[in-house]
Amino acid sequence: MCLAVPAQVIALRPGDAALVDLGGVRKEISLALVDGVAVGDYVIVHVGFALQTLDRDEAARTLALFAALDEAHAVREADA
Amino acid sequence: MKADYIRPLDFRAGCVDMTHGSGGRAMAQLVDELFLPAFDNAWLSRLNDQAQFTVPGRRMVMSTDSHVVSPLFFPGGDIGCLAVHGTINDVAMAGAAPLYLAAGFVLEEGFPLGELRRIVESMAEAARAARVPVVCGDTKVVQKGKGDGVFITTTGVGVVADGVEISGDRARPGDRILVSGTIGDHGVAILSHRENLGFETTIRSDTAALHGLVAAMVEAVPGLHCLRDPTRGGLATTLNELARQSGVGMRLDEAAIPVAPEVSAACELLGLDPLYVANEGKLVAICAAGDAERLLAAMRAHPLGGSAAQIGEVVEDARRFVQMRTAFGGQRVVDWLTGEPLPRIC
Amino acid sequence: MRYIDEFRDAGLARNIARAIAQAAQPAREYRLMEFCGGHTHAIARYGVQDLLPPNVRMIHGPGCPVCVLPIARIDAAIALARRPGTTLVTYADTLRVPASGGQSLLRAKAQGADVRMAYSVAEALALARAQPGREVVFFAIGFETTTPPTAVAVRCARAEGLKNFSVFCNHVLTPAAMAAILDAPGGVPLDGFVGPAHVSTVIGSRPYERFAREYGKPVVIAGFEPLDVMQAIRMLVHQVNDGRAEVENEFTRAVTPDGNRKAIDLMDDVFETRERFAWRGLGEIPRSGFRLRERYAAFDAERRFPAEVAAAPVPDHKACECGAILRGHKRPQDCKVFGTVCTPDNPIGACMVSSEGACAAHYSYGRYRDTAPTQEAA
Repeated sequence: MCLAVPAQVIALRPGDAALVDLGGVRKEISLALVDGVAVGDYVIVHVGFALQTLDRDEAARTLALFAALDEAHAVREADA
Repeated sequence: MKADYIRPLDFRAGCVDMTHGSGGRAMAQLVDELFLPAFDNAWLSRLNDQAQFTVPGRRMVMSTDSHVVSPLFFPGGDIGCLAVHGTINDVAMAGAAPLYLAAGFVLEEGFPLGELRRIVESMAEAARAARVPVVCGDTKVVQKGKGDGVFITTTGVGVVADGVEISGDRARPGDRILVSGTIGDHGVAILSHRENLGFETTIRSDTAALHGLVAAMVEAVPGLHCLRDPTRGGLATTLNELARQSGVGMRLDEAAIPVAPEVSAACELLGLDPLYVANEGKLVAICAAGDAERLLAAMRAHPLGGSAAQIGEVVEDARRFVQMRTAFGGQRVVDWLTGEPLPRIC
Repeated sequence: MRYIDEFRDAGLARNIARAIAQAAQPAREYRLMEFCGGHTHAIARYGVQDLLPPNVRMIHGPGCPVCVLPIARIDAAIALARRPGTTLVTYADTLRVPASGGQSLLRAKAQGADVRMAYSVAEALALARAQPGREVVFFAIGFETTTPPTAVAVRCARAEGLKNFSVFCNHVLTPAAMAAILDAPGGVPLDGFVGPAHVSTVIGSRPYERFAREYGKPVVIAGFEPLDVMQAIRMLVHQVNDGRAEVENEFTRAVTPDGNRKAIDLMDDVFETRERFAWRGLGEIPRSGFRLRERYAAFDAERRFPAEVAAAPVPDHKACECGAILRGHKRPQDCKVFGTVCTPDNPIGACMVSSEGACAAHYSYGRYRDTAPTQEAA
């Protein structure tokens, strides 16, 4: 049961809800499962609920890791 | 002698009732006060059950389509203009110039006259803009509960020039596959209006009459092999149909298929694949490799083909698979649509 | 789309593919199971297998909650939908699941049963509020991603004193299913697991530690995008090479060791674990399913409508190999009815129904690999 997408919170709404934006599409979702969400945060959205906030530093670190594989390879090739 | 007083139709608060379909005065009034002024042409004004016209001595093309879309009104269009565009396009996909349309209405008892007028005027506007008049028609009314408001069937006739042989069975290995613009717009626009899905988007239906684009394409490449508009079932279904008809396979390049960013996002949210989402103003073209560049240029030069792109090629394949190189670098099959494209959560 | 497109980058994919190819020892086989149906779908849709060396093989696990729903539970849902004055609200995924006698929720709907599709359980609540004269039953399925939302809905219903809302609970637990796979007799040789993405955002990474410890199998939790899956595969290959069996987390941007405490507490308030629960194709698995606690009995469709729910267990079709496929013993193409009688349009078994099912994924995206282009299709 996995189809969940990261979307950005663009407004908080009464009743523990928020308006999120994904690539220009907007949807109202429930924040009942997460605390301390602020406008601008990214959340993982599943069946109309935010399941978790996205840690942007970790996201950047993960992507950097992928990119670093390229450098490591280039260095190995140069050494060969 | 004074003329009888007939109360004019109440478009503000009135509704369709059974008398409007019974062939009597009420129906005649509906024709007089709504259909005639809206469509406004010499054929209809003669008030016959049929229209007569001469056709230049060429091959004729005919097509028919029934329209049952729900909701009736959606961003970018409504069932009326959809009905006009849809049949014009079906005729045009033979490389033909559409000439005349017929329109049949099945109305549900209780359907608001005001909404009917909106639909009919939208049809009339679409027909006028396309220069393809609605020359005859029919109206029936069914009891409340037996129709979804309104169903419209349009039939169109046109003519096609000698030497133009466009058919779904003409794709050959080596041919190139082109699409006239972004895919999935119409389906997303419709879904965004279904209340329970509750997402907001600025995406509008791409409903459009494509015969002008087709004329430009046929002029540039008279030897065009295939044309089809990917409506229900989306691009994937249309390509599979063509592959099956022609007995060939296809290889697509996902990165080359144009999809508007918001359509992509909406599909992501709902778990839909844009390849299977309906279009109402796009076409797929298949031509010989040597003609592809010229065809693409002709498409891009036309207002309805600005985002046209070459998306793949036809190959030999007895299994008739449509395969795609994903933007990620892997391979996958693009299969027929299964059932209805329902939003998934899995 | 932010945090989506970057994780689908083809250039970065080549980097990771190269790294995997270098790390994978040529003389070894690496058999890795991706447990989560979303991963099965991603692997098929993006063609990830094509970027892996031939000795790294992905085996599709039973992480598709639609696929593992027993026939008897669908029969029960249909019976609930047919009950006079009742509306069954369901996620779209269940509509085409084959039940007994060629039935499905979609067919029952066509025959007049009140079945409504929803994107969120919130819609079922809204319907119950709007129509106090109707019984609204929510068909609750899914792993620990979907369970917290159901918990929120049940608590809302109680707080509002709704009298006509109930849940037909079929929520299942991920770690229990993983254990059942590993415990299965004649266990399929597995070298490691790609752990679920979004289930893990809720339950955290700690629940998987027992697999590493007790079974000696490495687990790498992977994000939902194809780059995440590839990176997790790479990390698993390294663990196997090093002889390690640890829980690692690739999806650090959304998964922490403890998960979402608030969601876990809400689940715990509303649900308790059943002693056993039947899974289609896998049989009964102990402590693998949820039911509503006694204090929420008023919202439990099983207690409110026992007649409709008490459906006898129904065996799977004789020719259906879903059980073996769900356990990773067989591949879709090994099943006699795959692609012939059993297709996405006419599914015989669970694996063909959901687009995440191993058979459906292979049929829709991968079966071109089964026959060479020049051969006639059988």
